[in-house]
Amino acid sequence: MSAAPALRFRHRHLLGIQGLSEDEIVALLDLSETYVAFNRSAEKKRELLAGRTLINLFFENSTRTRTSFELAGKRLGGDVINMQVATSSIKKGETLIDTAMTLNAMHPDVLVVRHPESGAVNLLSQKVSCAVINGGDGSHEHPTQALLDALTIRRNKGAIEALTVAICGDIAHSRVARSNIILLNALGARVRVVAPSTLLPPGIENFGVEVCRDMRQGLRHADIVMMLRLQRERMNGSLVPSTQEYFAYFGLDERKLAYAKPDALVMHPGPMNRGVEIDSSVADGAQSLVREQVEMGVAVRMAVLEALSRNLPNA
Amino acid sequence: MRDMFSDRRPILLTNARIIDPSRDLDLDGDLLIADGVIRDAKRGIGAAGVPEGTEVIDCRGKVAAPGLIDMCAFVGEPGAEYRETFASASRAAAAGGVTTIVSQPDTSPAIDEPAMVDFVLRRARDTAIVHVHPMAALTKGIEGMEMTEIGLLKAAGAVAFTDGAKSVTNAQVMRRALLYARDFDALIVHFTEDPDLVGEGVMNEGEFAARLGLIGVPKAAETVVLERDLRLVALAQGRYHAASVTCVDSLEVLRRAKDAGLMVTAAASINHLTLNEIDVGSYRTFCKLAPPLRAEADRTALVAALASGLIDAVMSDHDPQDVETKRLPFAEAAPGAIGIETMLAASLRLFHSGDIALPNLLKAMSTRPAELLGLPGGTLRPGSPADVVVFDPDAPWVLDRAELKSKCKNTPFDEARLQGRVTRTIVSGRTVYEYV
Repeated sequence: MSAAPALRFRHRHLLGIQGLSEDEIVALLDLSETYVAFNRSAEKKRELLAGRTLINLFFENSTRTRTSFELAGKRLGGDVINMQVATSSIKKGETLIDTAMTLNAMHPDVLVVRHPESGAVNLLSQKVSCAVINGGDGSHEHPTQALLDALTIRRNKGAIEALTVAICGDIAHSRVARSNIILLNALGARVRVVAPSTLLPPGIENFGVEVCRDMRQGLRHADIVMMLRLQRERMNGSLVPSTQEYFAYFGLDERKLAYAKPDALVMHPGPMNRGVEIDSSVADGAQSLVREQVEMGVAVRMAVLEALSRNLPNA
Repeated sequence: MRDMFSDRRPILLTNARIIDPSRDLDLDGDLLIADGVIRDAKRGIGAAGVPEGTEVIDCRGKVAAPGLIDMCAFVGEPGAEYRETFASASRAAAAGGVTTIVSQPDTSPAIDEPAMVDFVLRRARDTAIVHVHPMAALTKGIEGMEMTEIGLLKAAGAVAFTDGAKSVTNAQVMRRALLYARDFDALIVHFTEDPDLVGEGVMNEGEFAARLGLIGVPKAAETVVLERDLRLVALAQGRYHAASVTCVDSLEVLRRAKDAGLMVTAAASINHLTLNEIDVGSYRTFCKLAPPLRAEADRTALVAALASGLIDAVMSDHDPQDVETKRLPFAEAAPGAIGIETMLAASLRLFHSGDIALPNLLKAMSTRPAELLGLPGGTLRPGSPADVVVFDPDAPWVLDRAELKSKCKNTPFDEARLQGRVTRTIVSGRTVYEYV
């Protein structure tokens, strides 16, 4: 790989999309673009992170995000260690900080942290001297997911500005939704959230989104239909009566997808509940970008690692 | 008496006092019915000529009004067919001028799945002589924990959602149900009673219960839950109907919610509007109800609230209980009274006493329930379903419970002197009951 594009990114951590400027987002997407081609080549190894240590610190189960970060780190030449911490065996708060201090003493250069509690990654970042990437914290943010979604949209639609993006499903508990709403708004998209009232957080109407409570209205003229995962424990009568009813009114099948523009594209951050929020015919259909999202994930994470590595204190 | 499936010739009711609360119509004239719908209601239809073969019925001295819609009746299908079936309940309804029964979901099993709604509708279609619309359960198994499939149940034909005679004690469950139901414009009907405050109580708390040596149920048991609900309605902005209000404090809470513009309505049972705790007398278990009959001051306040429109609807709270559950010491007896057949006659007491105008009374038993539940009846507007009650508002009679059509005879009005009698009930243009 030849000379990297000029990059304006001054942050030490990537804790969220909140706080990034439009320029910074675009710069990360442009940089990611170079890694898409790189990842498709046979020789996908760089020395950019040679000598650097990256720790994937996951307090919550994850396959694709962890693997994606691991590949990204290794392709950039870094040493990658995965730590899966079972949250049940951990007392929260103090122990989280203890874990951070312990790891910090080993001089890692980058920590990728996923945690089930909102704000936990932010807290941890205050206690370590390395760069911290938020791999998803509670219902708060999942910045690399929003970046990979944006990259996927941009590559398929040319631009994000003026697109209508419908984010559908469990908005209330989704960090993917929050990061995407902020990013898509920053890049000039029209964002809609579509969900039953029980899955919408109070105050969502002030997020700069149009709030819809049925799919027909919510998907009207949509360019992008972004489905969210519904956690199993939320669909048995507490917030939604049943998977059957949820699928009937909010599950994306071909009939509901027809409400959107004919060239609308379908996204899902995974893992999918087929037959709950999305029908297989759509998930595997011609309009689905689900597999491309996974590919973009590695490229985006390489770009983020590169951007942060330049700002490391001992860079 | 002639029962179901009389022919469907056109019917002309002549010289009736026609009251249509849906149009504020109150006039002496004729009402023409053909092909199952109201054709016209005005003066002089008969003189202008009617279709050949029309059955002409002289209704001099009688009132013709929209058939009554009873918002709250327990029918024992499935699971308690010995208490009441759709067939028996509908015959009782027809004899009482009720053309639409809204059945309760707290059966065994509960009406908490679309297939159960379908069962009720099919049973009613095959065996009932009046319309039946089911309410579905608000929570699965009436357990107060998990909301039912409100969207699919509504699509299957459920007209509202309630846990019947049980309160949803968990405020979070109620809040989420209100929120979720709003998306489907579904009406939540809630019987508000805190089970812990009721405790072992069996009649209204106060001096009278104390003298009888019975444990009382405080009015607060009802008002506490109602007040909680109305605060949740303010949060969720859904449609809410208080199934049965019985006391002054609840009326005050209700008034505040309505003044605040919330989509809140309420009903009172015919029992609480016409009887009070004194009627329990010497431990009459037929007057053991849940919620219990209240003090006379509560009853008069309820009547005033009905007259002012603060209370939207009057319902029978029809609850058939057989002798085995009623012929017991008061505290051990099951609560509940039948009422669908006597609702109109009993309610006319409020008209004869001068407490409420007849059109307002009829509105609370037809037009308002139709509006709340989204039903096509409750009106005599031309083109609407020909569901009509004809009654003589003045005819005196003494109720003999042996003559009631219900399978159970637990009426608090046994041997009561009543004034006003249903003479004909018409459902979809067919006469389903005639008093001769």
